[in-house]
Amino acid sequence: MAMTPTGGDATVEMPVFCLTEEHEHAAGGSTMLGFWIYLMSDCLLFAALFATYGVLGGSYAGGPAPKDLFELPLVAVNTSMLLLSSITYGFAMLATYKGRVGATQGWLIVTALFGLAFVGIELYEFTHMIHDGATPQRSAFLSAFFTLVGTHGLHVTVGLVWMVTLMLQVGQRGLIPENVRRLACLSLFWHFLDVIWIGVFTFVYLGGMLR
Amino acid sequence: MSDAVHGKHAAGGHAHGDSHGSLRSYLTGFILSVILTAIPFWLVMSGVLNSKIATELAITTLAVVQITVHMVYFLHMNTRSEDGWSIMALVFTLILVVIVLIGSLWIIYHLNANMMPGDMSQMP
Repeated sequence: MAMTPTGGDATVEMPVFCLTEEHEHAAGGSTMLGFWIYLMSDCLLFAALFATYGVLGGSYAGGPAPKDLFELPLVAVNTSMLLLSSITYGFAMLATYKGRVGATQGWLIVTALFGLAFVGIELYEFTHMIHDGATPQRSAFLSAFFTLVGTHGLHVTVGLVWMVTLMLQVGQRGLIPENVRRLACLSLFWHFLDVIWIGVFTFVYLGGMLR
Repeated sequence: MSDAVHGKHAAGGHAHGDSHGSLRSYLTGFILSVILTAIPFWLVMSGVLNSKIATELAITTLAVVQITVHMVYFLHMNTRSEDGWSIMALVFTLILVVIVLIGSLWIIYHLNANMMPGDMSQMP
């Protein structure tokens, strides 16, 4: 008995390759995965900037080298600011999942203050360097340095704007599912920036001192 | 089939919400991070290892370990979140990152070697 692909009986045996009807999704059900994929694309952006720094990091053009510019104690303080802000954001998320609005807002404020301290110290470092003539146009090393570290600082600044926005949202509407989802997204963003900073302090600052 | 898919989504729709860690996991991650941050700073600032290559290798290793710690304890990465799609995206990204980093450094290193001013004089 030969099977005929075009025959009426054969269609019963045909495997199903796709779902013909769209099944329902919960609102925002795919947001976390989508945001994660955005973070991965951001990771590629930073990889390109790290590669640029890796290539140009030794081209001083007779200008200042990392050893003349970087102050490791300041970088250590900055690193601890970001690390502390990471753990306090974790506490904010724990409070969020328990439905405690006050604790969530409190930890968000602490996190934002640590983040603000980080940006402040970084800006202090940048102005100090620029004042000493180590501007982005001085050498390829400094161009790459300011682009990489500046992009990270810009991300943290945007994260702070986002955090203040969410504090206002939570203040107005409370911990509704939409706000919990937004806080969870910012949580990923914030911890991700800390991960990028590990690369920055290891390869730019500590690695720079070893050059 | 259709019911199974519906049921899976109804049950798994908030599965990612369940992987949000506890106070214990956050504190564990924090303490590990502090240690893994302090060691490389100490290594570079004190110059204990006496060898640049050894120090570079040590701080690179510590950075990779710390990134893993952050991924697990702060970003709650595991093979189960979002039915494995999160880790799939991560692995794909890591492959691209490695290609971009190693490829750039390797190629430009060779370009630099060929672009040395000394070589210019030997050109026809």
